[in-house]
Amino acid sequence: MAITNHRLTSEAYEENFRDIHPPFETRDAVLVEANRCLFCYDAPCTKSCPTGIDVPKFISQIAADDLRGSARTIFIANIMGGGCSRVCPVEKLCEGACVYNLMEETPISIARLQRYPTDQAIQRKWPLFTRKPSTGRRVAIIGAGPAGLSCAHVLSREGIDVTIYEKEEKGGGLMTYGVAAYKVTPEYCAEELHYILSLGGITIQYGSELGKDLQLEQLRLQYDAVFLAFGVGLARRLDIPGEELEGVVDALRFIYSIRSDGFPSVPVGDKVAVIGMGMTAIDAATQARRLGAGEVTLVYRRTAAEMPCTEKELEIARLDGCHIHWLAAPEALTGADGCVTQLRCQKMELGPPDASGRRTPQPTGETFTLDVDMVIKATGQMPFEELVQQSGLRHRNGKIDIGPDGITPLSGIFAGGDCVNGGKEVVDAVQAGKLSAAAILEYIQSQPPRPAVGPIDPSIPDHTV
Amino acid sequence: MASLYTNYLGISSPNPFWLASAPPTDKLINVLRAFEAGWGGVVWKTLGSQVKNVSSRYSAVDYHGSRVMGLNNIELISDRPLDLNLKEIKECIRLFPDRAMIVSLMADNDRDSWHDLIRKVEDTGAHGLELNFGCPHGMTERGMGAAVGQDPAIARIVTEWVMEAATIPVITKLTPNVHSVVPTGRAAVEAGSQGLSLINTIQSVTGVDLDTFIPNPNVGGKSTFGGYCGPAVKPIALKMLTTIAQDPVTAKAPVSGIGGITTWKDAAEFMLLGATTVQICTAVMKHGFRIIEGLCEGLSNWMDEKGFQQTTDFIGRSVPTLTHWEDLDLNFHIVARIDPDKCIHCGLCYIACEDASHQSISMDQGHPYNTYTIKEDECVGCNLCKLVCPVDNCITMVEQRKGPDYLNWKEFQQRGLPLNDH
Repeated sequence: MAITNHRLTSEAYEENFRDIHPPFETRDAVLVEANRCLFCYDAPCTKSCPTGIDVPKFISQIAADDLRGSARTIFIANIMGGGCSRVCPVEKLCEGACVYNLMEETPISIARLQRYPTDQAIQRKWPLFTRKPSTGRRVAIIGAGPAGLSCAHVLSREGIDVTIYEKEEKGGGLMTYGVAAYKVTPEYCAEELHYILSLGGITIQYGSELGKDLQLEQLRLQYDAVFLAFGVGLARRLDIPGEELEGVVDALRFIYSIRSDGFPSVPVGDKVAVIGMGMTAIDAATQARRLGAGEVTLVYRRTAAEMPCTEKELEIARLDGCHIHWLAAPEALTGADGCVTQLRCQKMELGPPDASGRRTPQPTGETFTLDVDMVIKATGQMPFEELVQQSGLRHRNGKIDIGPDGITPLSGIFAGGDCVNGGKEVVDAVQAGKLSAAAILEYIQSQPPRPAVGPIDPSIPDHTV
Repeated sequence: MASLYTNYLGISSPNPFWLASAPPTDKLINVLRAFEAGWGGVVWKTLGSQVKNVSSRYSAVDYHGSRVMGLNNIELISDRPLDLNLKEIKECIRLFPDRAMIVSLMADNDRDSWHDLIRKVEDTGAHGLELNFGCPHGMTERGMGAAVGQDPAIARIVTEWVMEAATIPVITKLTPNVHSVVPTGRAAVEAGSQGLSLINTIQSVTGVDLDTFIPNPNVGGKSTFGGYCGPAVKPIALKMLTTIAQDPVTAKAPVSGIGGITTWKDAAEFMLLGATTVQICTAVMKHGFRIIEGLCEGLSNWMDEKGFQQTTDFIGRSVPTLTHWEDLDLNFHIVARIDPDKCIHCGLCYIACEDASHQSISMDQGHPYNTYTIKEDECVGCNLCKLVCPVDNCITMVEQRKGPDYLNWKEFQQRGLPLNDH
């Protein structure tokens, strides 16, 4: 059986894509866990959270029956704290730092606890934040992903009128389009976005792409400041023969279609190879299995010691029955009738450490071949180098160069998130947006108000009032 | 193996664990099950004046996820017919002759009522009487319970009436709702009461419902002051127990200790401070009679470990070590020490010392783990860090005497030694 959709029954799809980190079922269960928390001072969990959520405080607020206070404690640090409770690799962040680990005890289930008040806040539409009266100052944000939304929320709270330009049809960025469906559902992403926007003062112009529908120079004239948070693009090319064959697909595009098209309509191969060992590679591999692929093999040129995904993620792939080839580098793809049929790999061995401290894989000269009908590329995403270049921004390999808090050398232009770091966690993007918002506020206050001007393109209605 | 056999005023019981006068001891079916489970004795729930009870009756204080750290009740004495109680007491004694059967009494405030009640109870074959001079709620409004115990003169009179009629040992149960239990204890002992038991419950309001604004327990939109018991009251009970053991008059009366006893360790502490038997209620109300197994086994194992053959080997042993503050040695000095191998870097010691003690712990920032070290020169040896540390034996207190000799406050002043400069 080659690449095809509708492999499973609707019940099987539902079962396979069920929430992998189910929430606490009862308040009692929440309280048992919340009361385990030691309420550490200068807590390692908080210090290990890129957004610095005051974890002991929000947990103590749960234990003391102040769920609104708890939700606010989370959201003030991380407006996507609900989504992050589902997608964060907590075992290497907050939960990995929990002091219980040092007692050989199970760490506090921080993510599940965090989900409790944030879910309630979103479901019950608690108005935890109020927007200051409009200052008349306007900021444009490119990209309605975690960095853009986080920045927008902070700015709007301070009375800034924010317009977000988003090239897709939905907001949320990779949270909406790029994460395994069993971690966070599209419905949740929509609710979370709606909750963020319920603050007011934030307008999203969908289907507006920088470099196509709008130009940075125009935005600079139109707005008091611009925040660039357009993320990264598709997977890095493998640059091996046969990459153009049918059946060789991009991991993000694959995940995108799972999230936007509905499970039954997503085509998947019978023998799937996934290249890479990051979170996206795992998300692609496990979901290929869950869509009904018979055999899924992860191919990675280094070893478990160097892999970017967490042990826990790897465990999910293993439990899903994915095979793993360590120390294997794709060398060539061959096909029949234009469709991929085989992946040849070079066996590798680890050499001396490189600049990053990771040992460099070196070819051994030995090869092996896998029969495949689908190859998913997940070896990191490519920055939008051309867009960055043409916008006149300083960059390194397409990643925008910034100073502290997202300041760029172009006055009034700020940047953060994946377009700067090349692709990290949602929580990193949220923090970048938050820090840039503070820098933007400071910048705007130092600038005289600019005269009002109309929309930059009459075809795009401007709802910013 | 150590013997738990107990002789209290000639009343014998196979172990020192008695059930206190309370709902678990108010009827035959409970008491028989308690005896089957292994309890050494019971104090039958107070008999006397006729009463009617309300609904609801209890409320509790929970702490950090743990239920019933303290229990509050507004239940009165037995509301069952006296004759039924007497019949059942007799039957329990017949079925379990080796167990202690004490009956708690609270008659109307006149000599005849007490005499009449005592005669009826003695007819059951009960081994002792416990005078309820402590119930802090409801009955006090009728001049009974704590209303008697709070006034030594009244307590003396009532005890004298009791002693005119009683032929079996009398234990007077003291209320803690006084500035000191000693005056009433003395009055009772001087009037002839052979034993004392303490403490009864402490007047309390456990909380207010934040939706209805009505304190609990809620009885149709109103509440009333109740009596507090359970683990929360143990320290208060131990202190009062000690004052009874240290007073020359009350020290003559053997004590049955009551107040928050939950484990064998609590019981051992009560006994070290003078209790011959202990009475338990809240722990049973929470977990049932089955806890007797752990109580007996734990106490017995500890006695074996310490080389005690019988309970009298250690009853009262800790009493002399509780002394006046002025007799404490000012040259005794300890400092905290953190074991870096055990430390989990929670920072609880640091913030407690920093905000609430003597700023004697230094913090070296790390990511994500800070390192905490004691500044020995600053440490006053208060124990706070050790108390809040979640890891057993991670913080220990190490002796570093300020001088070789014993030095108390009086001597310190006489010698004109300098006070602290910080």
